[in-house]
Order: sequence, then structure tokens, then C-alpha cells
Amino acid sequence: MTDDKDVLRDVWFGRIPTCFTLYQDEITEREAEPYYLLLPRVSYLTLVTDKVKKHFQKVMRQEDISEIWFEYEGTPLKWHYPIGLLFDLLASSSALPWNITVHFKSFPEKDLLHCPSKDAIEAHFMSCMKEADALKHKSQVINEMQKKDHKQLWMGLQNDRFDQFWAINRKLMEYPAEENGFRYIPFRIYQTTTERPFIQKLFRPVAADGQLHTLGDLLKEVCPSAVNPEDGEKKNQVMIHGIEPMLETPLQWLSEHLSYPDNFLHISIIPQPTD
Amino acid sequence: MPNSVLWAVDLFGRVYTLSTAGQYWELCKDSQLEFKRVSATTQCCWGIACDNQVYVYVCASDVPIRRREEAYENQRWNPVGGFCEKLLLSDRWAWSDVTGLQHRPLDGVALPSPHWEWESDWYVDENFGGEPTEKGGWTYAIDFPATYTRDKKWNSCVRRRKWIRYRRYKSRDIWAKIPSKDDPKELPDPFNDLSVGGWEITEEPVGRLSVWAVSLQGKVWYREDVSHSNPEGSSWSLLDTPGEVVQISCGPHDLLWATLWEGQALVREGINRSNPKGSSWSVVEPPGSENGVMHVSVGVSVVWAVTKDQKVWFRRGVNSHNPCGTSWIEMVGEMLMVNVGMNDQVWGIGCEDRAVYFRQGVTPSELSGKTWKAIVAARECDRSHSGSSSSLLSAGCFFGDEVRGSGESAPSDTDASSEVERPGPGQPLPAEPLDDSKNPTGSSASGPGAGRTAEETTEDACPAEGSRAAGPDTHPGPAPTPAELPWTNIDLKEPKKVPSHSAAGFPETSSLSSLGLLPLGLEEPYGVDDHPLWAWVSGGGCMVEACAMPRWFTVQAGLSPSVQTLSLSITPAQTAAWRKQIFQQLTERTKRELENFRHYEQAVEQSVWVKTGALQWWCDWKPHKWVDVRVALEQFTGHDGARDSILFIYYVVHEEKKYTHIFLNEVVALVPVLNETKHSFALYTPERTRQRWPVRLAATTEQDMNDWLALLSLSCCESRKVQGRPSPQAIWSITCKGDIFVSEPSPDLEAHEHPLPCDQMFWRQMGGHLRMVEANSQGVVWGIGYDHTAWVYTGGYGGGCFQGLASSTSNIYTQSDVKCVHIYENQRWNPVTGYTSRGLPTDRYMWSDASGLQECTKAGTKPPSLQWAWVSDWFVDFSVPGGTDQEGWQYASDFPASYHGSKTMKDFVRRRCWARKCKLVTSGPWLEVPPIAVRDVSIIPESPGAKRSGHSIALWAISDKGDVLCRLGVSALNPAGSSWLHVGTDQPFASISIGACYQVWAVARDGSAFYRGSVYPSQPAGDCWYHIPSPPRQRLKQVSVGQTSVYALDENGNLWYRQGITPSYPQGSSWEHVSNNVCRVSVGPLDQVWVIANKVQGSHSLSRGTVCHRTGVQPHEPKGHGWDYGIGGGWDHISVRANATRAPRSSSQEQEPSVLPEAHGPVCC
Repeated sequence: MTDDKDVLRDVWFGRIPTCFTLYQDEITEREAEPYYLLLPRVSYLTLVTDKVKKHFQKVMRQEDISEIWFEYEGTPLKWHYPIGLLFDLLASSSALPWNITVHFKSFPEKDLLHCPSKDAIEAHFMSCMKEADALKHKSQVINEMQKKDHKQLWMGLQNDRFDQFWAINRKLMEYPAEENGFRYIPFRIYQTTTERPFIQKLFRPVAADGQLHTLGDLLKEVCPSAVNPEDGEKKNQVMIHGIEPMLETPLQWLSEHLSYPDNFLHISIIPQPTD
Repeated sequence: MPNSVLWAVDLFGRVYTLSTAGQYWELCKDSQLEFKRVSATTQCCWGIACDNQVYVYVCASDVPIRRREEAYENQRWNPVGGFCEKLLLSDRWAWSDVTGLQHRPLDGVALPSPHWEWESDWYVDENFGGEPTEKGGWTYAIDFPATYTRDKKWNSCVRRRKWIRYRRYKSRDIWAKIPSKDDPKELPDPFNDLSVGGWEITEEPVGRLSVWAVSLQGKVWYREDVSHSNPEGSSWSLLDTPGEVVQISCGPHDLLWATLWEGQALVREGINRSNPKGSSWSVVEPPGSENGVMHVSVGVSVVWAVTKDQKVWFRRGVNSHNPCGTSWIEMVGEMLMVNVGMNDQVWGIGCEDRAVYFRQGVTPSELSGKTWKAIVAARECDRSHSGSSSSLLSAGCFFGDEVRGSGESAPSDTDASSEVERPGPGQPLPAEPLDDSKNPTGSSASGPGAGRTAEETTEDACPAEGSRAAGPDTHPGPAPTPAELPWTNIDLKEPKKVPSHSAAGFPETSSLSSLGLLPLGLEEPYGVDDHPLWAWVSGGGCMVEACAMPRWFTVQAGLSPSVQTLSLSITPAQTAAWRKQIFQQLTERTKRELENFRHYEQAVEQSVWVKTGALQWWCDWKPHKWVDVRVALEQFTGHDGARDSILFIYYVVHEEKKYTHIFLNEVVALVPVLNETKHSFALYTPERTRQRWPVRLAATTEQDMNDWLALLSLSCCESRKVQGRPSPQAIWSITCKGDIFVSEPSPDLEAHEHPLPCDQMFWRQMGGHLRMVEANSQGVVWGIGYDHTAWVYTGGYGGGCFQGLASSTSNIYTQSDVKCVHIYENQRWNPVTGYTSRGLPTDRYMWSDASGLQECTKAGTKPPSLQWAWVSDWFVDFSVPGGTDQEGWQYASDFPASYHGSKTMKDFVRRRCWARKCKLVTSGPWLEVPPIAVRDVSIIPESPGAKRSGHSIALWAISDKGDVLCRLGVSALNPAGSSWLHVGTDQPFASISIGACYQVWAVARDGSAFYRGSVYPSQPAGDCWYHIPSPPRQRLKQVSVGQTSVYALDENGNLWYRQGITPSYPQGSSWEHVSNNVCRVSVGPLDQVWVIANKVQGSHSLSRGTVCHRTGVQPHEPKGHGWDYGIGGGWDHISVRANATRAPRSSSQEQEPSVLPEAHGPVCC
């Protein structure tokens, strides 16, 4: 019998094989070899690419180096999106490994946030966590935690320590026994086809009649265009962590098991690949 | 916690029950009669029906109520015809009772009432004192009355034999009328009130009850001889009273109060186990002179009363020694009646709304509780039958502060969907009642709801009509406040301001019930009906505990009850397609994204993680004592990804800093240790196991210890790559603390050559608390608690102190257990003052443990560990071996000696045993199998190599009363099974075991063994018992049957092997001694033998309760030749019956030609 706990493990230990290549116009002293890495799906690009940076800086002159940024098929990659989300949204239909281009020049100011240090990632990550708990528990759980618990969450993510992270994070996944779920489900829905970065609304895990809301209910409510017409052919894929959960899946369960470490469900709606 | 029920009668005399696990009042199964009063216990309910006759409703159970009738056939020898029925004139009857004084022909023994039936015909008892007799059960003597022997001697002039016939009580789950015609004195007048209690006075006979009744003329009657095996009792006897009694209440223990017509209360004094009727009455004056006591109800040590002005009173200072108490305290609230149930919990019927109220916050330390809380559960019939009345939710249902009228937890802020349109106060109610066809539950309703008659429907309408008439003008619009649920938008404070009326009945009710101005039936699947109007409530059978409140106090939203009932095996959610798909897709994803890229470098390097803390350590050197230490757990990940950890203990000795360390991959067990003052645990490695000297650590708080235990345990499991639920082959064991451990058997554990030493087995803990556990290799695992509750394993893991990652998300439930702590009061006789608590200087403590070595006073004795809490006061335990006198004393010539129950000339010391119940609440992967308490259980082990058949899995058990039971419908998917099948026996049993080939062996309480013949899958209960004599001068206490081997254990710790078992003679021929100092044996499907043994010597210390494995057990040598010692120091129980993992065949085994014939099973498997 498979236990739900295994899902948490599978989600945490999701890895994307990635090939980093230096952008052709970067000036190098000698030829830059591509760099291969297994990226944790639940982490952030700038948090796990120290090795990449070091690798390419070796072949470059100091004065040619400014802030590193990444791009995939012309799209600059937002470091403040989890890696798994970026991959699902932009590259899930292409062949592995994922080919990411590394830049050290011409930072796309209008597309990307600067990431001066790990502190910026930590600040972003913790603010997401706090926002998620505001939705789930009116911030009660995260506010009751001690500073060291917050630190442990962040260190858990940074050092890829599943049990260290979940020892604290499980408290954020609890809810009062008399209710059937969180107050609201923290989620964000991303589409490549729209200009809007993502959709985020208040949505409860349980309907007024006591029925559990499903993933399908959520999409119908906040993003009807994503739902495939019943008779028509499948136009879109609804993807979380590289899988397509059935629309009948209860949202509360998804939130408890398939949320990213920032406690949000990051859902990608991508056009059905035509092959 | 077992489900129990609250009984109540509504205004129309219909009897309902409300289960602690349910949310609806269910109409009593037998609803033909209308009742005035009911008084319930867990097993039965007594009532006075509207015909003024007394009825008893005995709840159905899988175990029949059977009673043995005996008659003796007596014969005398004469020279002419040998033994014949012709007796001497001075002799007894040819057919008599055991004394011979009463004539008792077989056809003259009649059933006592129409509620009984004969189970079979008369038959001769062939069993005499644990030994089978020859020749038709005759026993011989020189003359009547004399000592009878099995053997006929030259001087045997008379003989007798016993005939047995069983009768069975058949009127279960129906109201059985108590026959009154048999009574010598025809009752003068009908009964008016009735109360049942006294079940805690004594357990002799089993299920004894005190049933008291009051007649219309004010006389008090007591029903004689009511017990489990005689549910109707035998006759009414009259007691004198100083005045005219109107109402009576009998508590579970020795309290009995009654009310007099003049308004005083009567208190019965002198009730004890030898005199349950008591000896005299005392009068207690009412709280005020103008308002006398109208109603009383008593518990174990509380008395509640209602005076004529409907005020509720609590009597202060009531206990066994002072049953009258000291003074009255007025309580808030006005009630028509109150009823004290189990645990001194209190129910009442509100005087204004006639709702049933529960007194919240009643605890042993605060017996008067805090507030009244209304039970808002609907009747089951209301769900499907929306009725003719326009549904009004009575606001009166909610009164008191505890009904939170706030929106904190309510979905009231931004959620528009939960907002319900609210019509104004004056607006008429929806004219149309709910259409049944709209009601989704209507069509599926069956039973009481559907079966209701038209007559009842009209009755239903009465109260509602009243409310419509009186409704709107009594109350102007109440201010709507957000309530917990959308349709209860009522001002909850309002009813408090309503002036109380003096009399009860419909008018007041209606004045309140109109408060609910609700749009109904628009969104709800069924309307919340007018709440039932109650007349009487009885909580004598209802166990409510503060830690697990029933869900009676909130109206349940549209979840269908089937979703909420816990169903074991696999919940629908777990089998749901969406879940399967997620599991499957994640596996595919991992394969897709990782399989071909494993050589890629990881982006994040694994680092060392350290947890540090302060603990205490039981130091290794002498003098041993607890020393403060710093500990650090370092976790690191090796190159292969495997996790490993080291625990460092930093200590100071002679001002020198030192440390010791333990590799967690060497740890074989982490065991919480029984300690009444410290939160401590022991850590074993194979070496420490051999030394019998674990590393002992203690934390300052329970939380701290649990954190460390959970973390260390997780680290141990990770380093051994053990996680998730135990495999079906797992070996289960239990410590004397009730903690559950499980070990995964390695294939070479049962290897014939070089088996894995059992000190290397890794044990991990499961949540929960049990006394024993049994398993088989299809994953069926049952446990039994100290309180004899049966539990079934749910497939989860963790619970208890293992939270978070170490625990599964589902299948963990609350579990509780109750046990008794015993201490002894010792006294010595002296010529002047008789027995006193002044002993000789050399004597033991006057208050001590059983050995007399430890002082144990009532005040100083603590529960066994900090997890336990007292749930009763100290009481005298009369059920000690050897018997006691009426006050519980046992006498002996001197300490320590063997004690007996009556004083003789030679006795100079005496002792008595005091017991106190304590309770533990924890959690674990266990679900209760109600309702029968069991003392032993055995699950059929799987024959190795046998194909799995479609048959259900055989499971046998012994109930706590000694009945043999066979569980039907047990399968891997439904490990709890469906029902018990009762297997008749002539005496109570103690232990049972079923072998792989359906050989069922059992041990009776008299110490003899029995073999059950002809048990097959098609005939799960077999056909008859074959008596097997026990080893000479030994009383057996446990038996265990493997594939072919049968082992038994006697009360002196000797282990016996049954010799000579062959397919044609499955009973075997004789017992062969194997070992001593054994306290538990488990024989597995490979005929492997494991025991718990005492006095196992280690290099550092001696340990009791050690797991031992019989070595050298082979098909041709089933007794083996030696022992291998494993984990120990407080182990109580082991079950290896799930381990059918054969060692991989070695070359030496292949040479074994063929197994000797007697090694085959009785039935060839």
C-alpha cells in the first residue's frame, strides 16, 4: 500500500536534468564546456547554481562578469519561480535534458528581478510562506513559530533536507479537526498564453454544502478557459510537479501534498502538445 | 473507546438511542411499546411501559446468554442387579440436585420464562475435575454423601453422574416483559419509577445489577438475582420505607437515593457487596423548605437533584463513607429531570425546550461540571421524513454561553456562497414543507424512518402547531449574528432572557421555537426538523470522556453519514482513481526525468545536520546514577545516498570531559521505559542486548523525550532503510509497558544453519498501547488492550510519540487503555486489640506492594508512568486468588505465606488488596473491534507454500468471560471481520490457538487442554471438543500451535511439547518438558518456536521478559535443542506467527531425504 507520505518524498526529490550552456555572445578566454546538473524541482535557480556560476566564470575575464541570469529558448527565467514550475510551464514538452542558456551580460531589467544574494531568495521564500499561511490559517501558525523554526524551513530548502524541512512544515499543513480543510487554498495558476503573470484568488477547499472542492471546481471557477470542454478534444494540460492530477482530485489533498515548499500550489496550464 | 449509547424517551413514549459515535437519535429496534421511564446500563435497559409493566431490553451480542442446568442421577449397587436406580429408603432421590436434597427429574426442569429456549437435550458430563471419566461419566463413592472418584473400587456402593443441559436467553434486542405472575405476592399496584445500577458493587456473579422500582403507592421494591446470565432476575422483594417514595435512583456503585412525596430525599445506607440491598434509610432535607426535592439521580460519588421549582442542585461531599453528603449547591439552569451516567457524567431535560442537555466539563476533580450544552442531534427519521411540520429549529436548543454565537470559526467573512438569504422576522415561514422527492436521502432511507406509520406522523404535528400559533408575537426579530452554520442565524443569547415558566409542556416550547426564522430546505438536502421533545433520558450505558466528545453538539452539514463512519480496510479515498493516478504519474515522472541522468551531479551537496540537547544518562560505572549530559545527533549522508547518524553523549567524570558515542545503524531497539518519575528510554545495540545493559537516557519533559525518541527512531529506520508499514511477515512484540514493537524478519532468521542471532534483530516501535498482539502473514493483525478491548491493525504506522514523518497520514486513531494498580494493606493480630496496622518491627510495610518489599500507600502510589491518569478512587479488590472474606481480607499464619479467604485459629496476619483504575490515551494504527471484550486471540498462520484460497481467514478468540468465539468474514481486505460465532463450551476458557491446518487447541480455566475436532474452512467452528489432560500436577495457561507443532505453557512457567501428533491422531499422546522460566510462547507457521523467558543472564545484569528463539528446530527434531537470546528486559509478548519466510535452501538441506512421517501435520497441508 502506498502512503501519502511517499508523495511528499517524491515531490521533494523531484530532479530535472539540466544542461547549462554559456550564451554564444559572451566573451570567453577559452571555450566554455556545457555544464550538467540535476536541479531540484522545488528549489530556486539562483539558489542551486553556484556550481554553474563558478564553472563558467573560470573561462571568463573578471570584467566581463556581472549578474548571472538564465534563459530558455529566448525567455528569461524568473528566479523567484520554483524550478519545477519554470520547467513545466516552458519546457515540459521538449526533450531532456533541459537546455538553459547562461548569461552574464545585458540583464533583462523589465523581465527579471535582481537577485543580489541568497538573502533575497530567503526573503522572497519566507514572504510566500507567510502569504500562504495567511490564506490557510490567518497567519496563526506561522506567527506562532519561533525564529529558529523559520530558519529551519529555509535551511531545509537550501540544504535539500527533506526531514528537516517537513519537521516544521507539517505544522503548516494542519487544520482544526472540526473543519475539513484550510480556510483558503494558496494557489497560483500560470499560463503561457496570457500576459498576466498568474491568477490568484480566494478559494475554499470545502463547498458550502460540505462537499470537498476539487481541482476541476477550482479551474471552472477561476480559469474556465483552462477546462477542456467535455465533448471537445483536450486542449490544455493542467500540470503540477510534472504530473497531471485528475480534475476530481480534492483540492485540500493537493494543497497538503503537492504544494511547493513555499506552501503554494503552482499550477501550470499549458497547451496540449501536438505530436 | 467503545461506542456506547444514551437512551431517551420522547413525549410520545418512543424510545430512542444516540450512539457516542453517531449523530442521530435512532428509534429503538423494538418500537411496538410506548414507555414512561427507562434506565440503561451498557448491556441492557430496563423500562416501565405505558401499560405499567416492567420490561427489560437486553442488547444483542454475538455471545449468547446461556445458563447451565444440572441434575444428578444417583444409583446404588445391590448384589442382584448391580448398580440400579433402586435406592434405599434413607437415600436421596434417584434424580436430584448436587446436594441430593432436592428431587430433580430431567423432565421436571422447566424454562423460567418464555424468553428462554433450550439449546440442546440433556447429556452426560464426561469430564470430572479436569479428567475424562470412563463408562458414561459415573463417579463412585462408598455412600451418599461422600467423596466421589473416577475409579470403581471394591467398596464403591453408590455412584452418580451429572447431566447437563443448556438454556439460552432468546429475547434480545426486544423488550421482554418481566413476568409478574410467578411472584408469590401478586404486586399490589403498578410501578411508577425504576432505576438500575450497582454494577460496580461486585462482579459476582458476572454482570450483576441492582434493579430498584417504586410503585404508585410509594413502596420500594428490589429485583433479586439480576445478572448477565439471568437478565430478568427472579422475584421482587419489598423494602420498608419511612414514607411514600415517588422516585428512586441507584448509582453504579453503592449510592442509592430516593425522593419522598413530602419533598425530602431518602438515602440508603449499608449497601456493600455482601448486602446490595443495604440496611437502613436516612433522610436528607431538601435545599429549601418551600420547594421539596422532586427528582434525584446519583452516580459513583455525586448526587444531583431537581426541586419542585425546577432548580438543579448538586450535593456536596457525597462518597461511600458519607452517602448523605454535606450540603446543597444550586446550579445554573432549569431542568425537568437530570440523570447521572457513567463516569459521573450528567444529562438533563431542559424545562423550557425539553431538549436533552449534557453537562460539560465534568471531571473527577470538578464533578459539578461547567455548563449545560444541548444535544442537537436530529432523529434518524427526521433525515428522511421531513414531516408535516414546517421545520423550526428551536432556539431553545442553544442556550448557555458555550454555544459560541461568534463567527470566528465560521465562514462568514468573504465567502458569499455561504450566506443564506434571511427573511425578516415577521415574514411567514415557507409554506410548503419539504418535498420528499427532493430529498436525496429520502429514497435511500429505510428502517425506522421509512417504517413509520401515519399515526406517528400526526403526532409529530402537534408541537409544531403550537409553535406556529404562538410564534411570531412572543419574540420580535432576533438580531441575526453569524452562527456556526448558515441556517442557525439566531441570537443565541436571547433565550436566556426569556422568563422561565413554572410548568413544562408545549406552551413554553413553542414560545421559543419560533425564534428560528429560517429559510429552509433550499440548499440543505434535508430540513432541520423541529427538535424532538424529550420526557426522559438515561445515561447509565453511555460512556463520554472529555478527550473524545461525541459529535452531538453541532448540526452536521451535508456530509453523508457513510462518509463519516470509519471503515477499516481501505477507505474509499485511498482507492480513489485520482490518488492512484498521482502515485503512478509521480513514479513515471521520476523515471522519465531521472533514470537516464543519474550520472549528473546533484545541484545541492548533502551536508551534516546536527541536533543537540541536554538529557540525563544512567551512567555505566558504579555507583549507578543519573548524570546530566549533553547529547548531539549528527546525521550525514554517504556517497551512496545512504543516511547515517552518530549519537554523541558528552559527560564529565572527575572534572574531566569525556564522550561516548553510538552508531545509530547499530541500534536494535529504542524502548520507552516504565518510570513513574522520569521520561526515560533505553537504547540497545546487539552488544548492549547481550550485556542486558542498555544505554538509558532521560529527558526533562515528555515532549522532549518524544522528540528525541522520534528523531532517533527515524534515524535508525533510515540507516536501515526501513520505513512505512511493517511487512505482512513482521514479528510483533509488546513490552510490559504496553508499547508495541515490530521487526522485519530477515530470510536467514529461521535458517537451519547459522540463523541470524536474534540480538541483531531491529525492533521499531508502533504507536498504540496493547497487552498482546497476534498476526498472520496476510497482514491481519489483532491486538488486545489491558482492558480486554480488541483492536485491529489499520495498515498505518506511527502514532503515539511518532508524529510527522515517522507516522502515516491516515489510519491513525485515538486509542485508550485502562488498567488497575494494586497495593496491599497488611495487618497483624495481637491479643489486646485484634488486627491492627501495627506490625512487628520485622514485618513488611503496613501498606505495600504484593511482595511486601516496597512501601505503597494510598496517597503515595502514583500511576505507573506519567502517561497514565487515575480514573477511579481506591477500592477493595475481592477477586484475588485464594478468595477473601466479606471485607476483602485474606488470612495467613505469617508474612509471606499463602493466603486464604477465611480466618482460622492459626492465622496471625491478614492482608487485603486495593485497586485503583488508571487510564492512558494515545494514538496508533488501531481500530476497535466492538463490542465484545476478549482475553486471547489467534489467527491462522499461513502454511508455507500453500496457495491462498478464497476462504476467509480463521480467527479464534476467548472473550473476557471465557466464551470461545470464532470470527467470521476476516480477510486481508477486511481484517476486522464481520461477526462473532459463539462456540459452546462446558466451562470458561483462557487461551486458544489455531494451527496452519485448522487444528484448534484451547486451554480451559481449570488448566486442562482441549482439541477442537473437524474445523474446516467450510465448517469454521468445528464440531466438538476433545479433552486433553494437562501434564501431571500442572495447570496449563497458554497453548500455541504452528504448522504441526503444539506447545503449551503451564502456570509454573514450564514449556511443554505435545508428542505423538499424527494425521490420524491429531490430539497427540503426551506432553514432553522443554524448558522452564517461560512466560509466553509463540509457534509460527514454520514450526519455529519463540518465547518470552525470565531470568536470562547477561554479562552485566539479569533480565526478565527476554525474547528467545529455539534453535535446532527441524522437521525431524521439532523440539529443537537450545535457545538464542534476543532483546529483553521487560518484554511481555511476542508473535512470530506471521513469519512464513523460509531461509533460502542451503546444500545441506537438499540432502535431507524426506521428512519423517510424524512430522507431517494432522491434516496434510
